[in-house]
Amino acid sequence: MEEESDTRKINNSFLREHNYATEADIISTVEFNSSGELLATGDKGGRVVVFQREQESKSQPQRRGEYNVYSTFQSHEPEFDYLKSLEIEEKINKIKWLPQQNAAYFLLSTNDKTVKLWKISERDKRPEGYNLKDDDGRIRDPSTITSLRVPVLQPMDLMVEATARRVFSNAHMYHINSISVNSDYQTYISTDDLRVNLWNLEITDRSFNIVDIKPANMEELTEVITSAEFHPQQCHTFAYSSSKGSIRLCDMREAALCDKHCKYFEEPEDPSTRSFFSEIISSISDVKFSHNGRYLMTRDYLTVKVWDLQMENKPLETYQVHDYLRGKLCSLYENDCIFDKFECVWNGSDSVIMTGSYNNFFRMFDRNTKRDVTLEASRENSKPRAILKPRKVCVSGKRRKDEISVDSLDFSKKILHTTWHPHENIIAVAATNNLYIFQDKVN
Amino acid sequence: MEVTTEAKRIMVVALGKLYSSRTQRGGLRLHRSLLLTMVMKSARDMYHAAQETVEWEAVEQQQSPAEEPTDAQMELQEGKPLTSTGEEVESSPAKLRRDAYNKENMSPPRPAQHSRKRRGKAAVEPDFLPCKKAKLEQKSSPHQLILSTVLLCEYMNCSSQVGAPPAPMPVQRAIAAC
Repeated sequence: MEEESDTRKINNSFLREHNYATEADIISTVEFNSSGELLATGDKGGRVVVFQREQESKSQPQRRGEYNVYSTFQSHEPEFDYLKSLEIEEKINKIKWLPQQNAAYFLLSTNDKTVKLWKISERDKRPEGYNLKDDDGRIRDPSTITSLRVPVLQPMDLMVEATARRVFSNAHMYHINSISVNSDYQTYISTDDLRVNLWNLEITDRSFNIVDIKPANMEELTEVITSAEFHPQQCHTFAYSSSKGSIRLCDMREAALCDKHCKYFEEPEDPSTRSFFSEIISSISDVKFSHNGRYLMTRDYLTVKVWDLQMENKPLETYQVHDYLRGKLCSLYENDCIFDKFECVWNGSDSVIMTGSYNNFFRMFDRNTKRDVTLEASRENSKPRAILKPRKVCVSGKRRKDEISVDSLDFSKKILHTTWHPHENIIAVAATNNLYIFQDKVN
Repeated sequence: MEVTTEAKRIMVVALGKLYSSRTQRGGLRLHRSLLLTMVMKSARDMYHAAQETVEWEAVEQQQSPAEEPTDAQMELQEGKPLTSTGEEVESSPAKLRRDAYNKENMSPPRPAQHSRKRRGKAAVEPDFLPCKKAKLEQKSSPHQLILSTVLLCEYMNCSSQVGAPPAPMPVQRAIAAC
């Protein structure tokens, strides 16, 4: 066994040095906490790595609050469902932070079937001076104990420990795609392909099903749920997106089962763009409420759309992420890229939206100025303090210098997961097994 | 014809992906399987729409029983590219003989209704392969009277319902296993 683990270590370091990623290291989710002090990443190997922002110090102003590893723990392990003869992947699909209420930090992490609540706490003192055992833990010889002493807390090296406080399991027949904490900080929803379940954070043996779109006859299945999120302020409202490109807003006060939506957002399909792959590219991969709760953003394969909650028949704004791929859908279908699920994110003030693309490109759209930029997350372009240069994809025949042609794009390098600091212009971008953190330039 | 070749390729790729997803870690992904099924369905519908156009043209030209469905089936089976022209006009006995040949050689036997084996999404045989069992459609259409009544598989039936909404696809039965 030891030999095996040695071989694994050797292989891993060899692969890392030569820039190959082991599949377990591929980052599958990134999330800032509500203060932006912490950044969590989940990977395919079921691990969670939490980064903490350094305190800004006057003595070192150039180290403007960098993020360093704070805690690493194994959140989920691979499991086997014996009844269905299915392996349950340990890949972390989503992480959501709970608001901080005391010195400890809490987050929810989920794989395909099980949600777990983790408590991350610091220990920087330990009691010393016990009567019955010495500081190394060895039992003291009773004959040597002549006086009574009171243990005192002494400082020690900071230790960050993560403990699983709750495990919410056995509630999903299908694969969990999202979790969302309610603004009441007492409940949360977990969503799979056909159902949305409501949980109380304290209760693990019971959950309430609030949306169920499973048809009586599975042959009649035409759409699945792709993502769901609670409204940021209204604790009774949540939205869920579907594989057909529609979003439903539901009010939990209306009925226990929220199968009937109160708002239905869908844009009629443009018949001129119809193709074999229209259904696939219209499937929504991510839905996010704006921080102010007035808008919804959705991501499908080629576009990002911003919807006004008051207007259901069409989006307020549509942004083309990589329209040059429209003519390549057949190849993207064959190499499976057409099934990639990109996420999208708002900045703190809801004025800019960001999403990923291929070739390690990610795009930002300023909603006010209508300007957009394409940036690249790569080692060569990301030396510390370097300024990111805008990139451009050449769509017509004549390629300018510094432009990249569509055929040269590397489709194995995709940015699916990104997150934006809640208050500042700091973004975290996951590019396969690498995490890039970019900040506004210092004046 | 470009559309039919592309449609066929898309269907074949979709099938391959559905079959290989059975061995993927984490089990069958419902969303992905549904999208693949929809792609197959649109490709199939477009393929048949293109085929029907060809058939009508042939029928109008020749005004005799057309052989396209069996031609199409045979060519699908054998993987030959489809030709838009070249419909054969055969006499009845020859046609029956040919159909009998087709019957023997075309599709593997349909799995028993009450098979003990649990059927995954992709475990049901692909629906664009013709089946042995002949099924007559209740709704009549001029096409149907002309086309062979011996070998009409469910796949062909769906396309023959001109103007009717598409019936739930047989391949969706595979989803029921999830």
